[in-house]
Amino acid sequence: MSEDVIKISNLNVFYKNRKRKLFSGDKKIQALFDVSMNLEEGEVLAIAGESGCGKSTLARTIVGINKDYTGNIWQKYDRPQMVFQDPYSSLNPAKKIDWLLKEPLRVDSRRKWTEEEMDERVRQIMEDIEMPLSMLDRYPAQLSGGQRQRICIGMALMRSPKVLIADEPVSALDVTIQAQILELLENLHKKLGISIIFISHDLRVVYKISDHVMIMKEGRVVEYGKTRDIYRDPQHSYTRQLLEAAGIR
Amino acid sequence: MAKYVIKRNIKDNPYLVAGLVITGLVLLLTIVGVFWTPYEPTAMNASQKLKGISLSHPMGTDNMGRDVLSRVMYGSRITLLIAMGTVFIGATAGTVIGAVTGYFGGMMDEVVMRIIDALFAFPSILLALVIVSVFGTGWVQLLVSLGIAFVPSFARIVRGEVLRCKNMDYVANARLQGVSDLRMIFVHILPNIKGVMASAILIGFNNAVLAEAGLSYLGVGSQPPYASLGKMLSDAQQYMFTNPSYVLCPGIVIVLMVLGFSFLGEGISRWK
Repeated sequence: MSEDVIKISNLNVFYKNRKRKLFSGDKKIQALFDVSMNLEEGEVLAIAGESGCGKSTLARTIVGINKDYTGNIWQKYDRPQMVFQDPYSSLNPAKKIDWLLKEPLRVDSRRKWTEEEMDERVRQIMEDIEMPLSMLDRYPAQLSGGQRQRICIGMALMRSPKVLIADEPVSALDVTIQAQILELLENLHKKLGISIIFISHDLRVVYKISDHVMIMKEGRVVEYGKTRDIYRDPQHSYTRQLLEAAGIR
Repeated sequence: MAKYVIKRNIKDNPYLVAGLVITGLVLLLTIVGVFWTPYEPTAMNASQKLKGISLSHPMGTDNMGRDVLSRVMYGSRITLLIAMGTVFIGATAGTVIGAVTGYFGGMMDEVVMRIIDALFAFPSILLALVIVSVFGTGWVQLLVSLGIAFVPSFARIVRGEVLRCKNMDYVANARLQGVSDLRMIFVHILPNIKGVMASAILIGFNNAVLAEAGLSYLGVGSQPPYASLGKMLSDAQQYMFTNPSYVLCPGIVIVLMVLGFSFLGEGISRWK
């Protein structure tokens, strides 16, 4: 049993009510209820569930975008990185790829990077994400969805994080590209030994990539355990329903 | 690549081409006027009063026998300078205010935007008139007051755009990397709204030209011996029927200036 890198206990997350009326006050909507989980060093944990079940909320809370929560989040390493669902909006359209890849290094508070070091790092990453160096000179709009998602993964990896959160990284892509990106993630996982939280609604993909799986419904964890065990013997009726819908059982 | 984009835009963007041509003509007139004018703009000639269009005076002469073309060349420089200064003040202050309030939101946003709304309630010329009446007349006061009057519209536009951009994933992505708020606003978000900014600046430029002309016409703008286009219009008013060319020529130059810049603005917003 290896060490944990993220431990979460009794997490409740809230959103502000957008439909604010004049005298209704600040009512909050609770998005997550009493979520507990942990991520082991070097494993892939999948979070699965239907749309709106709180998968993305959990991811955004872990990386610190949602700040309104109660409960404990303990992380061994700071600055976990995230790959977003929609590669068409997660790259700044006004900047070239080279600039985008270097930005994490430019704002790195731990150390100062020289121009040559940055160039060298960009070259390494482009190799890791299997992209030709000629792409560096392009704008995101000149890339396909799959290429953009590779760049997003590259940006997330620039500062060699120990934890990567991938929020439905393939659901905006078509099937053949999905397979390529998944393969890339698996390779990077093996090569770099990072821990990955992989969020998906596609249970086939989850089975392929993950060690543990957490099934969520309406902001609650319904089942959590080793992927193989859960797929073989689901305890909860909702898990069974999902597996049937995916054509696995 | 760049060459191709420019070619395509020249081909199917008539606004851009028309804007470039008209603005080019007006700028040419102005820039030549900096170095050379046919006559001294302030030189009077009693024997040549209120002459119509002729070869020696292409735009005729005014009531003191001064050459209108020379005065137009000189006056458009003043008008352009005031318009540029106005837009510079308005765009800079408006961008900073709009970007900061839009990005941070909260109480400060509410307060600042209500003040901006209050400024918006006055027509900008009226607002400038009030400021001028407090600080006195002259082209510096005119420039500053018009600049302040132009802040609200820029602040509104920039705030709206920043609001649109700040919820995009690339902003969240940059924040995860540890990008500071100021860097986020000025390095990550503002480059994405430069198209909107460019057309806002050109439209602002138009309004500034018109406002300057209007205020000078009312007599609170540039004072003699500074001749601006608006001032010339107001001087020419009483000779409208005896010598139409005196009032028409500066008027046409103002129209061309405004037309050119609005075509340019339209062209840029249609830039593909």
